[in-house]
Amino acid sequence: MIEYLRDWFWTYVWKPLPDMPFGDWMDGLIRWLRTEWSALFSGIETFLETIYFGLADALLWLPSGLMIILFAGIAWAAKSWKLGVVVGAGMFIVGWTPYWDSTMETLAMVVVSALIATALAIPIGILASENRIASAVTRPALDFMQTLPAFVYLLPVVMLFGIGETPGMIATIVFCMPPGVRLTELGLRQVDREVVEAGQAFGASPARILLRIKMPLALPTIMAGLNQVIMLALSMVVIAGMVGGGGLGSQIVSALGRVEIAKGFNAGIAVVFLAVFLDRVMQGLADRTPVARAAALAR
Amino acid sequence: MSALAVDSLYKVFGKGARQAVAELESGVPREELTNKKVTAAVIDHNFTIASGEIFVVMGLSGSGKSTLIRMLNGLVEPTAGSIWIDGVELGGLSKKGIRELRRDKVSMVFQHFALLPHRTVLENVALGLEIKKTPTAERTAKALETVEMVGLAGQEDKLPSQLSGGMRQRVGLARALAADTEILLMDEAFSALDPLIRQEMQDQLIDLQKTLRKTIVFITHDLNEAMRIGDRIAICDGRIVQLGTAEEILLHPADDYVAEFTADVDRSRVLTAEAVMEPCGSADTSSFEQVESDTPVSELYGQVLSSEDPLLVVDDRSDPLGVVTPRAIIKSLTPETDASEADQEPQQA
Repeated sequence: MIEYLRDWFWTYVWKPLPDMPFGDWMDGLIRWLRTEWSALFSGIETFLETIYFGLADALLWLPSGLMIILFAGIAWAAKSWKLGVVVGAGMFIVGWTPYWDSTMETLAMVVVSALIATALAIPIGILASENRIASAVTRPALDFMQTLPAFVYLLPVVMLFGIGETPGMIATIVFCMPPGVRLTELGLRQVDREVVEAGQAFGASPARILLRIKMPLALPTIMAGLNQVIMLALSMVVIAGMVGGGGLGSQIVSALGRVEIAKGFNAGIAVVFLAVFLDRVMQGLADRTPVARAAALAR
Repeated sequence: MSALAVDSLYKVFGKGARQAVAELESGVPREELTNKKVTAAVIDHNFTIASGEIFVVMGLSGSGKSTLIRMLNGLVEPTAGSIWIDGVELGGLSKKGIRELRRDKVSMVFQHFALLPHRTVLENVALGLEIKKTPTAERTAKALETVEMVGLAGQEDKLPSQLSGGMRQRVGLARALAADTEILLMDEAFSALDPLIRQEMQDQLIDLQKTLRKTIVFITHDLNEAMRIGDRIAICDGRIVQLGTAEEILLHPADDYVAEFTADVDRSRVLTAEAVMEPCGSADTSSFEQVESDTPVSELYGQVLSSEDPLLVVDDRSDPLGVVTPRAIIKSLTPETDASEADQEPQQA
């Protein structure tokens, strides 16, 4: 019986169908983009590379010893002296490995990608929170961005931008943006309806309600989203390294290729300490938003 | 002068609302609408509120009272009917016009206070003025003055989370008062507070009203509260079931729905000497102790007990109106005998 059905489906459904065309369409689209829109893509490439190299040079301008103190100071200012000590020690270990320069490059790449992703995510999140259709459209798009394996869109991105830092950053932006959008939308939708009504009842304009009431109240949630954006960006370093993104990613990729356990582990430790620094500093900043402070006072 | 008028106002939620309104207009009760997917919240409301009056809308949850108050400042759009504020019809205003109306004429106090948690008391109170773009110095002065008026002096720099519920609602009240609007909408403003604090707030509102003379629309589900503060009360259940003064409602409940509410009311606080008095007849009243006609019955007990004679009820020119006997007081506190009794009384409110 099962065999019969199998034959039936094969003969009458799958066999008469032409080859599945989605992949070819994508291929055609990418080729078309590459020929017709090359100016746009080289523009994007110049833009991304300019800020990336600018930031990486800035981070490498000071000697690593001073930078370690600076990182510890930032952590202290953002959260506590304890975190300052932890970050200082972690960064000292990073400086001890031969990968300080790679670490700074990776930091620059993560910061640039996360900033651009945030700059895109917050307006989209606002739109989705205000408009039901926008919300219905963005949700599946974000699912798609997060679940499509990174290698699959890495290839077309490399075709459009060539090997280098840019495709890595583009792939990173695509992958790390969704939580920024989602948590912006969620944070804004969660704002107490009565408080929004209060703004309306006193005659505030929609723009004022958004900027002076909804945004401050949603800020702790939005900050949690941005924290995730940064963490996801950091998790893309190895994949970015595979397409010539430089930084710790390319060190890890080369360690993988030559089975150099020691090298891979050292570079891996640097990624971990970078993550600790970024995550805790972001958390510290999230706790400093006016609403989070008011909530802390209530306890 | 009427500050606010509502004319055959309807609000029906859901698809097919217009059709439902037509049905409701012909007198169909809201439970029997053909379209079961619509909810009729406000049905055929008609009333005018005089300037300086406290108008209480009383009803259970689902009686449409919150929807009604939100229509009065345009937060909810009516399905049919019109609302007039200060002679201007809300339906004819643009979005900008509605915003200006809210800034200058109508402010609101919310059930759960709706304060901004990250702003200090003073900044919260100044919200309306900030939206009006009042200059900072003037704004602060006005906000400070209002904070003092509601009894929160010294708390200006605290955050709402550092205050008790009663104090938070005082901030909410101060915010509405600082906006300096003629009309004040109060949506279950005291319902979230403890009974004692609630009473304190009611007293404060009555007190403030003596000097401010605002036009207040007050929503509540508590008839005791309604009768304490309201000049007139509208009892709602979709439609307005009864509209009148506290005494009218207590003495002549329109139907069983209203009568059920009035059973729980502390009658001695609502009824006045005038409402329970009996005619003087030909008795010599010159030696009787005198009481003002608007004294609540609850304040007559001591005098009635200590005096041999009945009490003489007088109006503000000290002319005698009638007498109050212990028997009349006891009778007035018993709702059952009341309906027949009240009809025989010569004069009510």
